[in-house]
Amino acid sequence: MSDIKKPGMSRRGLLKAGAVGGLVAATPSIFIKDAWAQEFRNDPKNTGELKLGFNVPQSGPYADEGADELRAYMLAVKHLNGEGDGGMLNTFKPSMLSGNGVLGKKVTYATGDTQTKSDAARASAKRMIEKDGVLMVTGGSSSGVAVAVQSLCQEQGIIFMAGLTHSNDTTGKDKRRYGFRHFFNAYMSGAALAPVLNKEYGSDRRAYHLTADYTWGWTQEESIKNSTEALGWQTVNAVKTPVGAGDFSQYITPVLNSGADVLILNHYGKDMINSLSQAVQFGLRDKQVNGKNFEIVVPLFSRLMAQGAGDAIKGILGTTNWNWSLQDEGSKAFVQSFGAEYGAPPSMAAHTCYVQTLLYANACEMAGTFYPPEVIKQLEGFNFDGMGNGPTLYRAEDHQCFKDVLVVRGNENPSSQFDLLKVVDVTPRAQVEYDWTIFGGSLGPYEVKM
Amino acid sequence: MTNTKKLLLNDTFVVIIFAAAILAMPIWLDPIGGNYPDLLQKFAIYGIFAIGFNILFGLTGYLSFGHAAFLGVGSYAAVWSFKLLTMNVIPAVIFGVLFAGILAAVIGFLSLRRTGIYFSILTLAFAQMSYNLAYSVLTPITNGETGLQLARSDPRILDRLFSQEQAAGLPSTDLFGETMSGYPGFYFCAVLLIVCFYISMRIFRSPFGLMLKGIKSNQNRMRYTGLNTRPYMLTAFIISGMYAGLAGSLLAVTDPLAGAERMQWTASGEVVLMTILGGAGTLVGPMLGAGLIKYFENIFSAFDDNVLTQAFSFLPDSVLEFVVPVVGLFVGSGWHLTLGLLFMVIVIFLPGGLVEGFRRIYDYFKSGGGNAKTQSVEARNQAGE
Repeated sequence: MSDIKKPGMSRRGLLKAGAVGGLVAATPSIFIKDAWAQEFRNDPKNTGELKLGFNVPQSGPYADEGADELRAYMLAVKHLNGEGDGGMLNTFKPSMLSGNGVLGKKVTYATGDTQTKSDAARASAKRMIEKDGVLMVTGGSSSGVAVAVQSLCQEQGIIFMAGLTHSNDTTGKDKRRYGFRHFFNAYMSGAALAPVLNKEYGSDRRAYHLTADYTWGWTQEESIKNSTEALGWQTVNAVKTPVGAGDFSQYITPVLNSGADVLILNHYGKDMINSLSQAVQFGLRDKQVNGKNFEIVVPLFSRLMAQGAGDAIKGILGTTNWNWSLQDEGSKAFVQSFGAEYGAPPSMAAHTCYVQTLLYANACEMAGTFYPPEVIKQLEGFNFDGMGNGPTLYRAEDHQCFKDVLVVRGNENPSSQFDLLKVVDVTPRAQVEYDWTIFGGSLGPYEVKM
Repeated sequence: MTNTKKLLLNDTFVVIIFAAAILAMPIWLDPIGGNYPDLLQKFAIYGIFAIGFNILFGLTGYLSFGHAAFLGVGSYAAVWSFKLLTMNVIPAVIFGVLFAGILAAVIGFLSLRRTGIYFSILTLAFAQMSYNLAYSVLTPITNGETGLQLARSDPRILDRLFSQEQAAGLPSTDLFGETMSGYPGFYFCAVLLIVCFYISMRIFRSPFGLMLKGIKSNQNRMRYTGLNTRPYMLTAFIISGMYAGLAGSLLAVTDPLAGAERMQWTASGEVVLMTILGGAGTLVGPMLGAGLIKYFENIFSAFDDNVLTQAFSFLPDSVLEFVVPVVGLFVGSGWHLTLGLLFMVIVIFLPGGLVEGFRRIYDYFKSGGGNAKTQSVEARNQAGE
């Protein structure tokens, strides 16, 4: 085989040798180019365009949320560029956004698929940063992904505006200077849910947890356990289930004989749809245990999941970050323009992603530059209103937003296919606030060396 | 005598050309949008993975469906080395290779008792076991779904010995002061790829390699001559596993995070695809296959309707409205579809993979477009059954 190849090889070899020579000559210039051009990574300079990276799950168990997030991002880009009806740009205050792009630059975007896997999410974020030259990365529907991408962004000196991520770790032990979260977290869910659970189900209950086996599941289980045990509940057992398991029957059968009278499902996305549907099919909700009705609680609820689970969600309690039925100006404006664009109301994932994009754009306007450390300083401690959750604070110490939390119940008599969640209680912000030091972690530096 | 000398000279030449092509990747990949550090690193790393896989599959014909396990073990070992010892990449790479080698010895010892489909299923079972262990049972070691990551509070014993003060942020992986992300990371992987390529070539040419080829063509006959083939098989399996471990540790070097999904059966299947796509049993084939798949995964998957509309903007609007959604099915999240079609075409028409395709083209031109058949039949590689 090598005999046949030989004559051709030498000709090609000559060409290749030439190419190596070229590389050797070009190598210094490659490095020098980067060294001098970069006051900070991906500076848009005089291009007239600003590129954002939308990294959302387009496949895997959270793909529904990802699709809705992407819709929200495209809507946000439209509104920032002055197309469409402007949505929350009209209600967001204090805002410097005028629908004229950001700092006079037109907003464009690149998209990527996280596949809800840390590896794939980091690879696609890296691609957007290194190849597409995005100035900010946002999105994701899983805390595992958020934590992984956030630490990547810290290393790269790119701001990360987290999408849907509910783990305490994202702004707790894994918080980063370059990462920001608008979404609420598991601690807040626990704090908001506990009083309602106490009122509805009493203080003498035995709870059984099924928990998605990753950072979000772990912290949510911990937070819900803490707040329910403070009510006087007992925790019978807590079982970890793999993400994307599909079939949960093997985990649900033991619940029947465990002596528990409440099942808490720390699941999300398609996992929650499957586990809840199966739990209902197994007749858990028709059972009487310890002389009480058996109840199911889903601490983190979303309308998209409710849609997937169908009748199974009727009467189930949970918390959400936001719901489209809210009647404040910001929510109404957002629902209206989202509905006009896509023919369906936005999910809470879409809401948080839309808001995050606007907040980032506004911080750039306020800073007067895209230089990340200055933008970060504008976001830290930023107080705003008109984005659907009432007066909200971006806490400087851990980059967590503080706002009212909604406790919802699966609607017994929905008036439309989207009217699936009924707001039971709006827990005021003061009730879900906590001392940022309880979760440890540190933000890290403002300046990142290139 | 003269013949072997000529061959040796030729081999050196092949390595030099290979090295030149690899090191020049930032230049010739630039026009097709492949010139950014993350993708270049992936090319080099998965090239190592595929070359290693080919030592087993290409030479002995044993199809392992569990190579991702070694990749994952390499990654975990490397990240733990970063966490416990030092951010220097040398110990990380050594531990990655070592642990993958140990695991390969165990799995190989058990699996190689069977041949053919039974061997494949056994390796698949072991890899799935490793995956599930990493995913849920061994979470204290692997951190499960979230993935194993560095923390500021990690001990890093060796680093602490030499410097007392601690950086404000997370430290990054380095090779004696040179940070291992971006282009330097690529060159580090590229050098290792070239070394691996050289070793693999020496194995192909060695008596040991001949023995493995003998096993592939007729193992029974080898046994009748009084030869025990098991030790040879096991050695090939371990070497192959160590290559995978090296690739895994390099994944952690360029991006210090190890996720369990690296061990999933899809990752094992991917390397099989790479090898067959490029040409099993050839030297450069697996590397080509790895490059092609990674290129598809990273570039094709990023095309969205925006990019397509721009690409086809020369068409009139009415045609555009029709073309963009149809092409859109095959790019973006549909890139697997394109890859599947390509794979089918190659397996049906070019059983020897891309390398066979190139050879056919080469022969065609060499013989002036005429009767190239007689030569190419002899030169063609046999597809790995």
